[in-house]
This record gives sequence, C-alpha cells and structure tokens, in this order.
Amino acid sequence: MSTLAELLLIAVGSAIVNNVVLSQFLGICPFLGVSKKTETAAGMGGAVIFVITISSFITGLIYKFILANSFLISKGIDLTYLKTIVFILVIAALVQFVEMFLKKKIPSLYQSLGVYLPLITTNCAVLGVALNCVTYEYNLLEGVVYGFATAVGFFIAIVLMAGIREKIEYNDIPKTFQGTAIVLITACLMSIAFMGFSGMI
Amino acid sequence: MNKYIERLYNGIIKENPTFVLMLGMCPTLAVTSSAINGLGMGLSTTVVLVCANLLISLFRKVIPNGVRMPAYIVIVASLVTVVDFLMQAYLQSLSAALGVYIPLIVVNCIILGRAESYASKNPPVASIFDGIGMGLGFTIGLTLIGLIRELLGAGTLFDFPVLAQFGWFTPITIFIMAPGAFLVLAFLVAGMNIVRKKMEEKGKPLAKPAGCLTGDCATCGQSALCSGKTTVSQTEEAKAADAAKN
Repeated sequence: MSTLAELLLIAVGSAIVNNVVLSQFLGICPFLGVSKKTETAAGMGGAVIFVITISSFITGLIYKFILANSFLISKGIDLTYLKTIVFILVIAALVQFVEMFLKKKIPSLYQSLGVYLPLITTNCAVLGVALNCVTYEYNLLEGVVYGFATAVGFFIAIVLMAGIREKIEYNDIPKTFQGTAIVLITACLMSIAFMGFSGMI
Repeated sequence: MNKYIERLYNGIIKENPTFVLMLGMCPTLAVTSSAINGLGMGLSTTVVLVCANLLISLFRKVIPNGVRMPAYIVIVASLVTVVDFLMQAYLQSLSAALGVYIPLIVVNCIILGRAESYASKNPPVASIFDGIGMGLGFTIGLTLIGLIRELLGAGTLFDFPVLAQFGWFTPITIFIMAPGAFLVLAFLVAGMNIVRKKMEEKGKPLAKPAGCLTGDCATCGQSALCSGKTTVSQTEEAKAADAAKN
C-alpha cells in the first residue's frame, strides 16, 4: 500500500507542478475554447473532474484485472498491447453512460455539467491520464488520486484563464492579437508562473 | 489525376491543418520543442491518417451510420497501436521523446475530422491523397514550429549547431520549454490573422479555423460525437435570453 505522503506527493505533483494544461498540453481545446466565462469554465472543469476520476478508476480496474491479468499472463497471453484501443472505447462509452445516468438520477448535477459531458469524450486529457497511470505503474488508489488531481489542475487552469479573459475583454488589444492570439499569450504567462512551482517537489 | 493533385494542394496549402484550420493543437504545442520531434510526430500522424482514410473509405458502405464513430475510433486506435510498437522497435529515441503523445494520436481531431468529412464519402484513392495532403500539411506545420523553437531556444537546427556556434548567442531557453510553445503559437495565430485579412481584401478568403480552438462546436470535425447536443455557445445564448426575460 502506498502511504499518505506518497499520495499527497502525486496529488500536488500532478495538480500544480506538472499542470495538465500548462506544462503537459493535454486538454488544450476546451482550455482555449470554453474559457470565455468563469461560470462556463467552472462547469467544464467540474465535468472534467467528474469524468477523469471515474474513468481513471474504471480503466485502472480493466487494466489490472483483464489486460494485465496475472493468470492470463502466466498462461502466456499478454493483452496489455490492447490498452490504447480498450481505453478509448471504454472512455467513449463511459461518458455516454455517465450522461444518461445523470440525466435520469441526478438532474440537478446534469443541469450544470450535462452540456459539457459529450465534449469530453475525445478530450486528450482523459486518455492521457489513463495511459500515464499505466506508464507510471500506479496502483488503483494512486491512479484515482492521480486522475482526480490532474483534473483539479485542469479546473484551476481553466477557471484562472476564464477570470483573466473576462478582464481582457475591457482592454485595448492590438487588432492582430484579438481573439485566440491574446489568449495564447496569457496561457504563456500563466505557464511561466506555474513553472515557479517546479522546485516544490 | 488533377483531382489527386488538388487534394494534395488542399491539404498542404489551402486547408493546412496547423496554419489555416488550427487543428490538432495538443501535439502542435507539446512535441515541437525540437524540429526532429515535430517531424517525427508529423510523419507518424501522416502514416496513421493515410491508412485510416484508406480503411474507412473502403468500409464506408459497410459501416452502419449509427455506429460509425466507434468504428472509426477502433480503426484509428488499431493503427496507432501498430505505429506505436513500430516506433518503439525501430526508432527508440524518438519514441521515448514523444512518449504519451504517440498513443494520443487517436484523439487527434485531424484524423477523426478527415474520416468524418472526407473518407466516409469518397473513394479510396482520393481518400489516400487527402490523407497524404493533410498529413504533409501537418508535418510541415509541426516542423516549422519546431525549427523556430529549436533555433531560438537552443541555437541548433535538427541538432546541428547554427546560432550556437557564435560566441554572442545566448540560447533563449524558455522557447524549448512549455511557455515557449504558447508564445510561438500566439505569434503564429497573430500572423495568420494578418494573412487572413490580406486574403479577404484580395477577395480570396481562407478557410475558417475549424477546431475547438474557436469554441464553436458546430464546425468541429468531431461534432458527430456530440451531434444532436446543444453546444456550449447555444446554451450560453439561451441563458442570456433567460436572464433578459427575468
């Protein structure tokens, strides 16, 4: 079992130090596309936390008990090469399933997250987290903590960005830089700021 | 034959995925810290894109409309797995440098976008040429960005010292780090804004950016995955209308 200190290290490391958007460049599309308003950005961030936490648990289970099953491996059948195919399909199905479940059972949560769920299916952060869990050889608990913390990192980044963008609207920006360009410059400055955390671990 | 050359021209210049359509931004930012990484990523994406276009075009009449997206994803994911293992076997250093971004080609919007908008409606040979054109366009985009970042950040081009051999040159290391990616892309987008305006004045407007970058889900290649769903911008409008009523 992993100690609490190790889990905390994984959490801080993936939420702040190696921020998923600002230093690993996963989930850039929603980060730039859905960050016009703080409210929408928080909704998107919430949906990502929800999906990544569930999906890292489910993909972790599937990897441990089906793909890397010790019984099958002892019989000479190693299915781990199927991980990319299995993970993306599981994630796509999972997002659809979560959406249906929320719609039926928790309508209030669906109201706030529902619109963003289908957009997450092909979000590279979700697949990236699942694949990284395998590469870093995390166990189930570490994987879920890693997934949750990564998604919290995404939430922090997208909400900060939305807050800054709301301010930028009132600024006088050169015509050429209006729109995506100034957002990318902002992302660059945020990325520099987040580099300051790199000494923490 | 003309039709095929037109496809290549379309992919490399007219609808260049990096500069004009602004698709596949995750790999564009993540792997362009050096020119060779950009080139490697571009070429592996091209291989996957060409094969995926060919297979999807061959099976376009067999795949039922309702399950086409899962079917495309399986095809693309299988091809990506093949490319991933080939690179691990024969190009170890490149494979190590690109890391998780190789399996992440699966979720690259260019590939599913081309499958949905071209290969699923057109014959195999034309689809292959469409894949080659788009793939080369992407490769050129990544390599150019990689060249700029490597030149400014390390003073080398393809690991060959260019600026680094001069005594007065100090590498601006930030360009090969994460913030440099955002900075270079920002100036690229700004530059394209100028080009876009000039072309519009000439009466030859460029194709609009099509990715999530614009926040406009309607033009997204993957919109089929969320088809029938209200897009975020529509919801925002509806909310604003509600607020106005109250």
